[in-house]
Amino acid sequence: MLNVDEVRIAARNMRQDIIKAISAAGSGHPGGSLSAADILATLYFYKMNVDPENPDMTNRDKFVLSKGHAAPALYAALGRKGFFDVEEMYSLRKIGSIFQGHPDMKKIPGVEMSTGSLGQGFSTAVGMAIANKLDGRKSKVYVLLGDGEIQEGIVWEAAMSAAHYKLDNIVAILDNNGLQIDGRNDDVMKVAPIYEKFESFGWEVMETDGHDIEEIAEKLDAADEIEGKPVMIIARTVKGKGVSFMEDEAGWHGKAPNAEETEKALAELGGEQ
Amino acid sequence: MAEKMATRQAYGEALVEIGEKNKDLVVMDADLSKSTMTASFSKAFPERFFNMGIAEQNMYGVAAGLAASGKTVVASTFAMFAAGRAFEIIRNSIGYPHLNVKICATHAGVTVGEDGASHQAIEDISLMRSIPGMTVLNPSDGASAKKAIEAAIEMKGPCYVRLGRAAVPVIYDEDMDFEIGKGITVKDGNDVAIIATGIMVNEAVIAAEQLAAEGISARVIDIHTIKPIDEEIIVKAAKETKGIVTAEEHSVIGGLGSAVAEVTAKEAPAKVKMIGIKDKFGQSGKPNQLMEAYEITAADIVKACKELL
Repeated sequence: MLNVDEVRIAARNMRQDIIKAISAAGSGHPGGSLSAADILATLYFYKMNVDPENPDMTNRDKFVLSKGHAAPALYAALGRKGFFDVEEMYSLRKIGSIFQGHPDMKKIPGVEMSTGSLGQGFSTAVGMAIANKLDGRKSKVYVLLGDGEIQEGIVWEAAMSAAHYKLDNIVAILDNNGLQIDGRNDDVMKVAPIYEKFESFGWEVMETDGHDIEEIAEKLDAADEIEGKPVMIIARTVKGKGVSFMEDEAGWHGKAPNAEETEKALAELGGEQ
Repeated sequence: MAEKMATRQAYGEALVEIGEKNKDLVVMDADLSKSTMTASFSKAFPERFFNMGIAEQNMYGVAAGLAASGKTVVASTFAMFAAGRAFEIIRNSIGYPHLNVKICATHAGVTVGEDGASHQAIEDISLMRSIPGMTVLNPSDGASAKKAIEAAIEMKGPCYVRLGRAAVPVIYDEDMDFEIGKGITVKDGNDVAIIATGIMVNEAVIAAEQLAAEGISARVIDIHTIKPIDEEIIVKAAKETKGIVTAEEHSVIGGLGSAVAEVTAKEAPAKVKMIGIKDKFGQSGKPNQLMEAYEITAADIVKACKELL
């Protein structure tokens, strides 16, 4: 059963963790972390079968953050879920910390794949889905991609292979905030039409408001009903969502807020609940 | 003429044998299964074979995901497209998380022959050995290739296995001892040491015989494991002979010669002459013609040895 309030509170807390951690680190990627927060919260606090007490549980669902630069969002979700004390993630990007700039599966409980170099997480998720089929596990693999990320050629190799092997146990979610480092996707390198591209690659494509928890949950549930092909959920999002001055600004892709901006952002996010 | 077998042939046969016992073994290829010889595995175990099409980058990414799920993965293509095209995927998605993927790359070196420079990987050893935690194997004949595959699958973690297209003479018995990280003294000798890898071990043996006929005693060492390299056998050769000649079917930049020189420079300074491709691209031709053209034959080894004395 979906408890919208629980997911919403998790997302709000995660957004504050993201801001605090990036601010403390003095570098990082707030824009794409904030745009993905509601998607990650819905996955971890509603959809996925994971157990922080038993992170290696055989029949667990897996999540791969192919857009690895949104690491703070993943760390916040895992921390809030109980894989570790969430305050530990404030050591983000500092020497000796397990919270690397991009996720390291060898260091952090709950991180299923080391990612960061764009497109590769998508391929590894395909491998995990094949392994689940080989071993007869019903578990799902969820993978989050950025919209700039799909400019990488490997993404389309992976998309082709998931459809070829009829992997109905993989659900990709596209964080479609329309922006990348150098500006709008449309100006840097047009990725549209995304829906038709994935559809023509043999995927079942769905769309959702990427900040409407009920709709995200509904689409994740609908993905369970699809048989014989992989599912892509295009989530329309706002980069920097939740912090007024970061919203829809490419400049906040990879920049840490200063002390004043941090205070303002946290105030807008309404404090921890 | 000695009996011959391509290392890729031995590889294909070994995979089927191992697949019988190891049910967690998954094999992948990128539309070259008839050339890499994974085709025999695909016939024997179709449910555990995945053809990924002409998409090497995705193949190694998918291999990483399978390995992260507990599978032992062997993923094959030509050395150029494994170590070359997919380098960064291998580095970040297999090397960095130290996953159990065996990159079995065939058609390495100039003896690919007629296909020419675009298909002749002469940089792969250099690229692969620079990845932290990557084991790099380069067997010299059919028997050692089979043992190398068995050892690669036995060990945990990423491993690059370099295999050749051309049939090469048999050097070892089927029950030869193969231990990762342990070089093999194929022939003893104390004037010079020829340290060779891959198909150049056979050239080294021929060179040693020619030198013996002229009264020069050459030690021949097979370094089938480029990484972790057998420092002990190299230091010993440096101390007990008047110099070392390295021999590889690879660029002299970053390959076996470099790896040996890294050891001698640190542990036992010695003269090291390197037989290999001298910072050039390959070209079309027959394997033996190319070996002559790029000066990587037994005669070239003999000449280098004499220059050391």
